[in-house]
Amino acid sequence: MRKLAIFSLLAFRAISGIDSYASSAPAPERIQRGEELQVSSAEVGRYGGTLVVGQRAEPKTLNPVTATDGPSREVIGRMMADLVHINRVTQQTEPALASSWKLSTDGRSFTVKLRQGVRFSDGYPFSADDVVFSFRVYLDEKVHSPNRDLLTIGGKPISAVKIDDHTVRFDMSQPYAAAERIFDSVAILPQHLLLKSYEQGSFAQALTLNTAPDTIAGLGPFRLKQYLPGQRLVLERNPFYWKADRDGHRLPYLDEIAFLFVGNEDAQILRFQSGETSVISRFSPDNYPAMAREQQNRGYDLVDLGPSLEYNFLFFNLNELPPDKFQQISREQPWFRDLRFRQAISLAIDRRSIVKLAFGGRGVPIWGNVTPGNKLWINRELPHPERSIPQAKDLLRSAGFSWDEKGKLLDLERKPVEFTIITSSSNAQRVKMATLIADDLAQLGMSVHVVPLEFRAVMDRVFQSNDYDACVLGLGGGDADPNGDMNVWMSNGSTHLWNMHETKPATPWEAELDALLNRQLVTLEYKKRKRIYDEAQALIANNLPFIFLASPNVLVGATKQVANFRPAPLEPYVLWNADELYLRQQGVATAK
Amino acid sequence: MLMHRKIFAIAMAFAAVHCGILFAGFFAPYMPSAQHREHAYARPTKLHFVDAQGQVHIRPFVYPSVPVEGEGFQYREDPSSGYPIRFLSRKSDGIHLLAVDSQADLFLFGTDGYGRDIFSRLLFGGRISLLAAMVATLLSLLIGVAAGGIAGHFGGAVDAVIMRSSELVLALPWIYLLLAIRGSLPLHVEPTRTLILLSAVIGAMGWARPARLIRGVVLSARERPFVSAARGFGASEWYLLRRHVLPQTLGVITAQAVTLIPQFVAAEATLSFLGLGIGEPVPSWGNMLSAFQQFQTVSSYWWMAAPLVALVAVSLTYFVLADALHQAGARINSGQSYA
Repeated sequence: MRKLAIFSLLAFRAISGIDSYASSAPAPERIQRGEELQVSSAEVGRYGGTLVVGQRAEPKTLNPVTATDGPSREVIGRMMADLVHINRVTQQTEPALASSWKLSTDGRSFTVKLRQGVRFSDGYPFSADDVVFSFRVYLDEKVHSPNRDLLTIGGKPISAVKIDDHTVRFDMSQPYAAAERIFDSVAILPQHLLLKSYEQGSFAQALTLNTAPDTIAGLGPFRLKQYLPGQRLVLERNPFYWKADRDGHRLPYLDEIAFLFVGNEDAQILRFQSGETSVISRFSPDNYPAMAREQQNRGYDLVDLGPSLEYNFLFFNLNELPPDKFQQISREQPWFRDLRFRQAISLAIDRRSIVKLAFGGRGVPIWGNVTPGNKLWINRELPHPERSIPQAKDLLRSAGFSWDEKGKLLDLERKPVEFTIITSSSNAQRVKMATLIADDLAQLGMSVHVVPLEFRAVMDRVFQSNDYDACVLGLGGGDADPNGDMNVWMSNGSTHLWNMHETKPATPWEAELDALLNRQLVTLEYKKRKRIYDEAQALIANNLPFIFLASPNVLVGATKQVANFRPAPLEPYVLWNADELYLRQQGVATAK
Repeated sequence: MLMHRKIFAIAMAFAAVHCGILFAGFFAPYMPSAQHREHAYARPTKLHFVDAQGQVHIRPFVYPSVPVEGEGFQYREDPSSGYPIRFLSRKSDGIHLLAVDSQADLFLFGTDGYGRDIFSRLLFGGRISLLAAMVATLLSLLIGVAAGGIAGHFGGAVDAVIMRSSELVLALPWIYLLLAIRGSLPLHVEPTRTLILLSAVIGAMGWARPARLIRGVVLSARERPFVSAARGFGASEWYLLRRHVLPQTLGVITAQAVTLIPQFVAAEATLSFLGLGIGEPVPSWGNMLSAFQQFQTVSSYWWMAAPLVALVAVSLTYFVLADALHQAGARINSGQSYA
């Protein structure tokens, strides 16, 4: 009865023109009997308008299975939906296409109930077949999906079995601690459109930027309307979307989202300041003061969301190197391998200056791999030793280092301690960090040279050639769950930066870390798992494979017309609730 | 007389700039890499002659600046105590023309994002940038004049070969070549080696354009009646080229030199981006300018444009000096005496 009332209300609103549509976007479809809608708790908004977003780079693909770059994922995330979703603000899971799920008592299988009456953005009904098909594609080695690793537990991929049209069971080879978080961002694909291309082996070509909009369908709040290379990509409302507001209006409110490709952050900021775009999703702290000054005049609000999950760090080359090839580095490695040397460096670094000068004060100093932005998992007991040059010198002395009459640090063979730090020249903050570190270490008598290189050259040296002494990099930003970082900390991980080619743990503490991480992976209870992960964090902080420096705050902004704006410190910072966003005053921001 | 005075004035300005750069250690109040972290992005220090009591001082003085709480990189003067500028003051690193006591700071052109004195960096950076740019200009002009002169004067197959190779140089994707050069070098390169490398790379990249211009001038010069006359009297081609044709290109060469120098200073910034230029914390006008490419610097810290202003000023000095010398030379050649 209530649903019937909603239809009539919708019909009335449409006829009476309360919501006038400025664009040609389709009106939301009437809610059907038996349609199991999810009700949003956000403020009730109004229909219409285009949200214009400035993107630094163009998306490379519309294929959710193979996309790896940020811009693609930002667009695809609005067009697709997952079974279970992580709420970016609470960092907790919530139902999405799955209305409920149940974990078996042995922790090895999930039974997921799918929402009834859901339709794809082309109107085709969604069922368990689509889910099974999607997981088949993600897990197919030939498709090379970056998600495949995450969907592989204990060396075996999870399997999806259809129970009935609206029930799917997922079986795992061992219990999995991150549990239903695994389903976040695994977009469910339309089998009716993609089965053929998948079976023909041309799946990678099925969802490109050149694919005709009417042959792409998803379950997200928006669907593709237009793509103009080099200019913009426009999404329009998915009229069949499976969420409604508290008053029973089908979401999303926005008619369209237009992504303008602007090239770089400076252009992104200028467009935002001029009112051409309505939101800005993460900008560097350097730009904050200039933007904040204009806040009142230009009618936008900036939000400092506090520390991000990004951690910046200095690390040394501890790879096993062929001695004939890199003589210089091999000669320096005994210093780098000595924990006391690394501890001395950590003590000598002025992290507060890094936060102040590299992030304009909008960041926090860190001493571990989990930042204060990750409230669920940070180990608050980790010590934060204050900067102390005398203590650092004591450590170096105890490790056999000495100083000449000019104050230059000498190693055991009385050779001067001199090394280079490489970093990406396109990241001004990291160049600044490296330069500040070099200056700090000069106080220990070390001669440190900063060499900013083009980003790919840095990656090549760190991942391939191992031709470097030390490097400043940053990681993090994805999921808050510890599993997202397994590839960094497991000794056989693909991003085990300081020693890339370990076949087995190179040191006893790395073996211990592997064991702890493997244990937390199968511990289902949060408190127990947190205790194990705390131990892992302490182990990392004590052994300093990375010397942690600082974490920048997440800074975002929106014009005052954007309502329900609830940015989050997790990616995608601003558009994660695009289905709930609405414009207070219609038609102000339009794509040209 | 007027001409004499003009040349003298320009020569003095030229000498002053180069003296300042050459004796940077004396003229700069600070070492170029000294960081004053409490004073990042500080505005140029104001020099005062009148104190809070309205008393006039002959010796200028400064007030210490203190950070404004809660505002990033904002400072205010603390007028409770003034510190006089000391001339010819002896410090641990030598004698400085200008200095103040350590309680206050003397940032004549403000500071950068690390709190380093821009004035000092400008003087020290000028050494590297101008020297590298001048050597590179000389190199590219030498190659350019030789290539363009020979191509234009002799024509035919020689011309075709030289000009096609100049086009090749223009069309080459230098960025990849530079990445390869960078890859073959050790990570840390000593500043002197960087200087030589920079000059060589920039010089080798920059000869094609002057060569094409010079070829054009030579093409028209060799058809001039006096050149034909000299040829009629039996002058050899090399003699003609040296005595009559190349001197005609002097104007183009001077114009090229003064435009190439600032261009090459900026090119160093690009090379720094690839890790081939002068690396932090050693200053160069190029790497100082690269900070000015960011929106926030332009909008908030205008004083960081100092290297840009210096570059324009120095280029203008070169240009006017070269022009004056050229005019004076032309008058002597044409037998006119100075007015």
